[in-house]
Amino acid sequence: MTDIAIDVRGLSKRYTIGTRRERHGTLRDSLAAAVRSIVRRDGKTARRSGQDFWALKDVSFQIGHEEIVGVIGRNGAGKSTLLKILSRITDPTTGEIDIEGRVGSLLEVGTGFHPELSGRENIFLNGAILGMSKREIHRRFEEIVAFAEIERFIDTPVKRYSSGMYVRLAFGVAAHLEPDILIVDEVLAVGDAAFQKKCLGKMSEVARHGRTILFVSHNMAAISALCSRSILLDKGAAVMDGPPSEVIAAYYLRLGEQCDDDSDLSKKARTGTHKAIFSSISVCASSKGKPVQVAETGCELRVDIFVEARDTLIESNVALTIYDATGYRLIDVNLNQKNEFLRLAPGETACVSFLIEELLLKPAMYTIGLWLGRDQIEETDHIERAAMLTIAPRTESQVHSVLFPGPYLCRFKSSISLVEPSLSQTSRALPLGSAS
Amino acid sequence: MASILDLAVRPSRRKLRIRPKQGWQPIDFREVWHYRELLWILAVRDIQVRYKQTVLGVMWALIQPFFQMVVFTLLFAKNGFSTDGVVAPVFYFSGLLPWLLFAGSLSAAGNSLINNQHLITKVYFPRLIIPTAAVITGLIDFAISFAFLIVLMAWYHVSPTRGALLLPIFILFALLCALAVGLWLSALNVRYRDVRYIIGFLVQFWFFITPVIYPSSIVTSHWKRALLGVNPMSGVVEGFRWSLYGRPTPGPMAAVSVVTILALFVGGLFYFRRIEKTFADVV
Repeated sequence: MTDIAIDVRGLSKRYTIGTRRERHGTLRDSLAAAVRSIVRRDGKTARRSGQDFWALKDVSFQIGHEEIVGVIGRNGAGKSTLLKILSRITDPTTGEIDIEGRVGSLLEVGTGFHPELSGRENIFLNGAILGMSKREIHRRFEEIVAFAEIERFIDTPVKRYSSGMYVRLAFGVAAHLEPDILIVDEVLAVGDAAFQKKCLGKMSEVARHGRTILFVSHNMAAISALCSRSILLDKGAAVMDGPPSEVIAAYYLRLGEQCDDDSDLSKKARTGTHKAIFSSISVCASSKGKPVQVAETGCELRVDIFVEARDTLIESNVALTIYDATGYRLIDVNLNQKNEFLRLAPGETACVSFLIEELLLKPAMYTIGLWLGRDQIEETDHIERAAMLTIAPRTESQVHSVLFPGPYLCRFKSSISLVEPSLSQTSRALPLGSAS
Repeated sequence: MASILDLAVRPSRRKLRIRPKQGWQPIDFREVWHYRELLWILAVRDIQVRYKQTVLGVMWALIQPFFQMVVFTLLFAKNGFSTDGVVAPVFYFSGLLPWLLFAGSLSAAGNSLINNQHLITKVYFPRLIIPTAAVITGLIDFAISFAFLIVLMAWYHVSPTRGALLLPIFILFALLCALAVGLWLSALNVRYRDVRYIIGFLVQFWFFITPVIYPSSIVTSHWKRALLGVNPMSGVVEGFRWSLYGRPTPGPMAAVSVVTILALFVGGLFYFRRIEKTFADVV
């Protein structure tokens, strides 16, 4: 018995795409193609006319027992393919994997759930599909139902459940799997915030019980909180393997590099009267310095915006807005807040600069939007997606990593002081400390 | 971290090696046995789902053979077609029973991999479990109809012979035949989607070359009758009838059928295993 739970050596996976023979072929077409290739004299067959797509290229790593490893990467990097191969759903093209221990795979919540069956029946079905024996399921049945909070509905068909109940039940079964090695694929992305909190709590509990966990997630907060180690996949290759904070920073750096250089605003989608237009934008991560695509949490962000006037501009406001990936407005700074206005004559160009002293956004991708005009009176130029900004975690401090979703941090102070019980109080238990 | 005590308490862990598979694969019966509970659960699931929210429930299993028997009796027997000396309703019903078991199981097995594609792409278990579970679900319908057959035989005073002890053998062979052909078809179906339509046509055609609505005795030459046994269901249907009421006497046809079934089954197992590794990628 070694210390290694999963040993991957030279793993590659090739898919052949775009062949003349369709993926879901018909027997008739295949027979016709076979006849054609016999008749043809040049010896070429229609088979390998497709392109090879390597989903994984020569990936190697080792995971020891009781390690918790997070795999991150862009969509299409090969993460799900890696998990599928480790779960024996698909075969590798080359390479070898040695696994020691019982594997439980969670590639999807609710695998095998049938809408016509009741919650109780689906627990047994799903549990059996995931590899639990009937005895195990019986033993854990009460816990599963309690975790999912569906005691009242356990005997109604699952098709009547709300999506929240469905997902709680599905995860409830999966959470009570007891394999030696747990392989999880982005299942934490479902459900509301309360549910995600519960899932992450359960995952860390499972981790504390000494299981080996390998999981894929886009939730960087979860990765840095749960994992002792992280692997970055990019276009099928394992490009980095190390402490989560470093790997996550590398991930964001690569993301930022892949964005187009978009300082030129002349071609952006815009609305407004266009009496004046935004011509270019430059984003720097400090008050002096080169324009960047990636900045750190808590950095000083300087944005220089160039405005060209075609017509006279009177008493106009320039606003800089930062949106998150879902288009939700997070930060809004504009000249009017500082009692400043932009006035330009036709043909003049101005540079409007904003200096955000401490940008307390959490690591993610954000969009910068620009607005020029007179509040309530006129919209002169409005570009919703002027530039992209990627925020990476601050490498020195781990203070900002928390389990819960949400984009914004805040500066705050806290203190603890003892409170004297007064004689007029009734027999209420008083807290020992209070934040002020 | 690992102490002597740890080693003593924790049993040695299962080891597994994953490598690219080439060519013909051995059939891992031990693994299938390990997953036997899942086989049962999938079969139960299919049965439960089929009869939930139905009014007549399992009685549906009876309606098809019953009405077919009535039609055949009125249409054929009343017009002089041979029923091998036994009363017509019993002749037709006893032929329809193993046939419908086979046909239903074959269709279910042939489409089983496609119908369970969401499982195939997300969870690992030996894929052999899927068509096998599909074949088993036909037994419930069969049991209901069989009960009716007993009633029918009592009604017409057809007494069973001692050969009835061999009845389970023929039922087993009907299932085995369905599974054997089902393995071939389901594996092909994953890649070539028109196999689904082929199954319907195949079953229809197969019905007519099996002695269900006619006895094999209408083929007079002996060697030709033995040839009829190349259709594996010939031996099964006739054997089923013989074990029930003693006619027709078994001959070389039964032996040919058994050999065909076994050959199809073993061949099907190997073909299935060979194609198995592409299922998740192609389905």
